[in-house]
Amino acid sequence: MDLRDTPDEAAFRAELRAWLDANLPEEKRGGRGGAQRFDDSFGREWSRMLHEAGYAGLTWPTEYGGAGAPYSFQAIFYEETARAQAPGHVGVIGLGMAGPTIMAHGTDAQKQAHLAKILSAEEIWCQGFSEPGAGSDLAAARTRAERRGEHYVVNGQKVWSSFAHIADYCILVTLSDPEAPRYQGLTYLIVDMHAPGVEVRPLRQITGEAEFNEIFFNDVEVPVSNRLGEEGQGWQVAMTTLLHERGTLGFALTAALEVGVNRLLDVARDRVNGDSSLRERVANEWIELQALRYTNYRALGTLQRTGIPGPEGSAIKLRWSEQNQRMTKLGRELHGPEGILDDGWWHHQQLRSRGNTIEAGTSEVLRNIVAERVLGLPRGR
Amino acid sequence: MDFAFTDEQLELKRQARAWLQGRYPLDRDFDRPEDDRWAELAELGWLGVSVGEAEGGAGLGFVEEAILLEELGYALYPGPYLATVGFALASLGPEDRAAVAAGQAKWSAEIRGLVPWLRSVDRVVDTDGLAQEAKGEELVSVDPSRPLGRLERANGAPLPGRRDIPRARAAMAAEALGIAQRVLELGVEHAKTREQFGRPIGVYQAVSHQLADTYADVELARSLTYWAAWCVAEDDEQAPVAAAAAKAFTAEAAVRACERSIQVHGGTGFTWEHPLHRFYKRALWLEGLGSSPAELRGEVADAVLGVPVGV
Repeated sequence: MDLRDTPDEAAFRAELRAWLDANLPEEKRGGRGGAQRFDDSFGREWSRMLHEAGYAGLTWPTEYGGAGAPYSFQAIFYEETARAQAPGHVGVIGLGMAGPTIMAHGTDAQKQAHLAKILSAEEIWCQGFSEPGAGSDLAAARTRAERRGEHYVVNGQKVWSSFAHIADYCILVTLSDPEAPRYQGLTYLIVDMHAPGVEVRPLRQITGEAEFNEIFFNDVEVPVSNRLGEEGQGWQVAMTTLLHERGTLGFALTAALEVGVNRLLDVARDRVNGDSSLRERVANEWIELQALRYTNYRALGTLQRTGIPGPEGSAIKLRWSEQNQRMTKLGRELHGPEGILDDGWWHHQQLRSRGNTIEAGTSEVLRNIVAERVLGLPRGR
Repeated sequence: MDFAFTDEQLELKRQARAWLQGRYPLDRDFDRPEDDRWAELAELGWLGVSVGEAEGGAGLGFVEEAILLEELGYALYPGPYLATVGFALASLGPEDRAAVAAGQAKWSAEIRGLVPWLRSVDRVVDTDGLAQEAKGEELVSVDPSRPLGRLERANGAPLPGRRDIPRARAAMAAEALGIAQRVLELGVEHAKTREQFGRPIGVYQAVSHQLADTYADVELARSLTYWAAWCVAEDDEQAPVAAAAAKAFTAEAAVRACERSIQVHGGTGFTWEHPLHRFYKRALWLEGLGSSPAELRGEVADAVLGVPVGV
């Protein structure tokens, strides 16, 4: 146990910090996230710069163009970019989900076609998993893929897809065999978002922004060569995607939360002098942030030793989402009567946080996962 | 950064778990006075973990002591290990440390007017950092296995060490962590085996989600406690804030864990016969001893926001 950076980690951190200081313009720091990250042309430019400096795909193997770095470097990357309040990479779905799934299940041709372009942000990816009738229950997906010769013909609707309106490709879970037993009739496809029959409609959320989209597929032809894994193996392939979503996600979430907590501390220094109960609540947010941070470190220790994320990680998203909701509400409250004004940041963050306990696994599903897979309680279904 | 125990530390944890399981099983008779097996603890080397090898100790550090404290909490160990090693040891000079390591002296410390185990230890470090004879009035404690007393002060003898408050707080956090882990396991076991309406109650989400919430609490508490333990062991500048955070969060998490576990156990959890109330009382004792969670968060606020001015 040593919580200090190793010499390699310290060198990487220092180099990254210097690079951020030199390359990230002051006015591009501290964005509020949300839909803002799509509207700004700087997003793609920034992603290209990250790639050229070698910071995209840090943990990807070198044979696929990555840096082959340990997970701890990815963690340091999240910490330092949060510290600098830097925008994220627009290819986050490609880097964190599509890319690792292609590496695990893809053909050589698929790897050749996509991996390098995911790293360089030439290809933006989106995810087509959730449907109006299949939210938490992914195995209930009804978007049909019918095999006709060397193509699948895809019909159906996906929802809650971020980046879809600017994406070039989609990782899509389809139903290829409605007669097959549950989990066995799904097929995982790579779909060209510019193909005829693909229609994207923005989905406006409670913040007023459209950060997500609906995707409609009307007789979209997808070459069989775009299938990831075998026909009927879509469930297993999708699990690879979701495992990677959870891998170092905790660090990304905690990094974003740290930006918020630091702002909360700034507001508290300005506005809360001697109110001990408010000071105590602010301190509590700082404490829970540290608890999440060090839980990430423990999960990372397990990941580095075993290659598999540890069970402690399953608590992180659950608690992070609840903390972000509580923390952003407190941010409003600290502004006193002005807390009901739209200040451009807290207002947005507080409303946006309501999605945190729903997206990427609802809190109810996460508690089921902890109960069944971590604690070993009997399944309720 | 490497936030994982070494193989030696994991082995120590396993040994402690097994030894305590054998001597302090949960089906023991808690209502009879318990033997603290102090000589055996000395034999095992647990009393001298962080005492230098020249003084008859193992020359290890506070991380190893925290591992033991967690296991002592897990087993509801009755003796004054927490007071001797967690509260007093840092104040003591080489001779006294050697006596602790050899199992020849039990110590406690005066904490905001109260002295844990006043009647069963030999000496006490008072709030001014002086050594006192363990004499005074015994009080009735929320946890009958954790007696408290009020010190009758004499002149006192100066001690060479310092009252290490972060160390004491991290030690309490470690015990509380063990308690939280154990009552979670008891709740899970009960939810797996107790059947109502023809099914184990763990299938009902109103039950299983309470346990999932306790799991999340325990994991966060574990992270803060080990962080604080490392900071104390390394004399890191963050030790005071880390230990305040760990004690506030972990003690409250342990109390919550006990309350949820009692609820999950239903009527059984409310009986004297079931050991849950003993864990609960110990968690309440740990939460209340010294600074309260609210006061500790106030200290954290001073550290991260600065001390308020003009108030």
